[in-house]
Amino acid sequence: MLGDVFNAQFIASSIRVAIPLALAGLGGVFTEKSGVVNIGLEGMILTGAFTAVAVTNFAKNPWVGVLAAILVGIFLGLIHAITCITFKANQIVSGVAINLFASGITIFFCWLLFGETQIMVKNNLPIWGLSLPNIGEASTLVRNLIVIFAHHSPLVYLTIIIFLLSHIVIYKTPFGLRLRSVGEYPQAADTMGVNIVKMRYIAVLTSGALAGLSGSFLSLEQAHFFVKEMSGGRGFIALAAMIFGKWTPFGTAGAALLFGFGEALSIRLQGVSAVPVQFINMIPYLLAIFVLISAVGRAIPPAASGVPYEKEIV
Amino acid sequence: MKSIKKFDYTILLEKMTPLIAVILALLVGSVVIRLTGEDPIFVYKTLFSNAIGNRDGWGNVLFRATPLIFTGLTVAFAFRCGLFNIGGEGQMYIGTFLAAWVGFTFIHLPALILIPLCVLAAAAGGALWATVPGILKAKTGVHEVIVTIMMNWIAASLTFYLVLLYKASATEAMKAAGVQQMIPHTDEIAEAARLPRLYNIFKFLNIDFPAHNQVNVSFFIAIGVAILAYYILWKTKLGYEIRAVGYNAIAAEYGGISVARNIILAMMISGAFAGLVGTNEVMGFKYRWRQELFTNLGFNGIAVALLGKNHPLGVVLAAILFGILNYGGALVNIYTEGRVPRELIMVLQAIIVIFVIISDELFKRLIRQRRKIA
Repeated sequence: MLGDVFNAQFIASSIRVAIPLALAGLGGVFTEKSGVVNIGLEGMILTGAFTAVAVTNFAKNPWVGVLAAILVGIFLGLIHAITCITFKANQIVSGVAINLFASGITIFFCWLLFGETQIMVKNNLPIWGLSLPNIGEASTLVRNLIVIFAHHSPLVYLTIIIFLLSHIVIYKTPFGLRLRSVGEYPQAADTMGVNIVKMRYIAVLTSGALAGLSGSFLSLEQAHFFVKEMSGGRGFIALAAMIFGKWTPFGTAGAALLFGFGEALSIRLQGVSAVPVQFINMIPYLLAIFVLISAVGRAIPPAASGVPYEKEIV
Repeated sequence: MKSIKKFDYTILLEKMTPLIAVILALLVGSVVIRLTGEDPIFVYKTLFSNAIGNRDGWGNVLFRATPLIFTGLTVAFAFRCGLFNIGGEGQMYIGTFLAAWVGFTFIHLPALILIPLCVLAAAAGGALWATVPGILKAKTGVHEVIVTIMMNWIAASLTFYLVLLYKASATEAMKAAGVQQMIPHTDEIAEAARLPRLYNIFKFLNIDFPAHNQVNVSFFIAIGVAILAYYILWKTKLGYEIRAVGYNAIAAEYGGISVARNIILAMMISGAFAGLVGTNEVMGFKYRWRQELFTNLGFNGIAVALLGKNHPLGVVLAAILFGILNYGGALVNIYTEGRVPRELIMVLQAIIVIFVIISDELFKRLIRQRRKIA
């Protein structure tokens, strides 16, 4: 039975399921590195997921849908940024409000534009990569390797590129150094002439774009439809991945893969195992809680994360 | 006595911020309504005149406000201890299911015993579900926001499992037609476990009130719980400790208050409030558990608590306002034949929340500036 579950297809599907978590988690890395907590990732994923499907169906082109999802994510990021950075309001409450807003506005427009709460994707994204060889004795390994590494949606490769770039930007550029300093010790960064408000705005808008992209992958690629509340807590699981990954891009990617594995397992075990499906559905959420407990003491957040910056006036 | 203290208008303005936020949100909402091609003035007129223009409307408003009072108190109470309990949804699920379970299991008990037992079960279920994130926060420092959200989804799965375990037997009519239950649900609770509708009381008092109106005794339980929350927070030692932890945990610990103990207790009490939603949903209205994906009552509690400034009286008033919006919104949906979907109200609530926190911050700054000048 284990052999049936853990094969190349399963690993490939783990990767696919991990992508939305990884992208949103990376968004969390950017904002928290700059000192802003973004609980609104969940709502940004949901809105991205809806926008991607709606625009794809109207424009008859999934790429336009992906772009629109990113823009909508940036827009929600802007609301969060204005509320938390400019007005220095409570960051968690603002995030919660964005989630509430997303739940409402997605179904609102779903009814308005389509007259139902579930919409199918009409134009799918292509699959890029090598073509699968016919199964022969020798080509099974080749086939498995291709299934795992080289037969995916373009967004999977894009995600890998984004992660490499993010690592370089955060750790190897002056911009990244400023970003991290703003989240660790804003007073010092301010003294050195770093524009704290600007850095935090960039970080929050980036997280919005990444969460929007994450949502577009979820609806266009993973589900092939949009349905009410389809983000299913992924924004929060992504935050758990970020914490477990110690606020680093590669750590977050690793943790997202772990969660992807858990979710793929729960999908795969449905109908196969004797355990009731409702308990299998709990796996990703239980995993997130256990991972958070195990991360205690090992993962240290950026020192100024969640604290609005008040310039000292002498 | 020369220096009579001048009345400080900024304080008054500060208390009024929720009202300003609501008005601003309604203005933004009118832009959204305009987008749908409808007339905002007509929509708002329909919304308010039907919701509060007659007794039936008021009954419906209070019926919808009841669960929001519970979930609003859930958020407000935990917030006084510095905790963000956004798991009201899950705590409500467990409490409500437990109330239903007691109601359809112990069917031979008299109402005098069964009703209190159901109420206790509802509170205990919610308290139990909130204690888990409470303990994790107190003992390991894991952030309660993520844990409570995860617990929401686990609760949804758990109740789904339980509802299939206790699924109501198919009726003769359903058997004959060979149909399955569309929405999984349990058996009905015993007659003795049901809370009377307010209609019965009004009839006794000879007041004209429609019999189909769903507002029930649970509304009084909600008011009672609001008073209880006030009493605990401001009149007991426990409440003092909880507020001390919320205000400054390190100072509280230094002053000999156990932060861990108060975090766990605050979460327990807060969760119990959420569980009590079951008194309205099961004991006063549906008389059974029906499995539905999130009703959003738990999440709306966050907006209610913020608008009510985390004070029990504010929570009750904010819940009634949201009751008006919810009921009026549903009517607008019907009157415009779906051209203005009821989800408009969710959007309005989110905008209200954002405006409340922004205007709060602005007034805090304004007051600080005034003091500096003075």
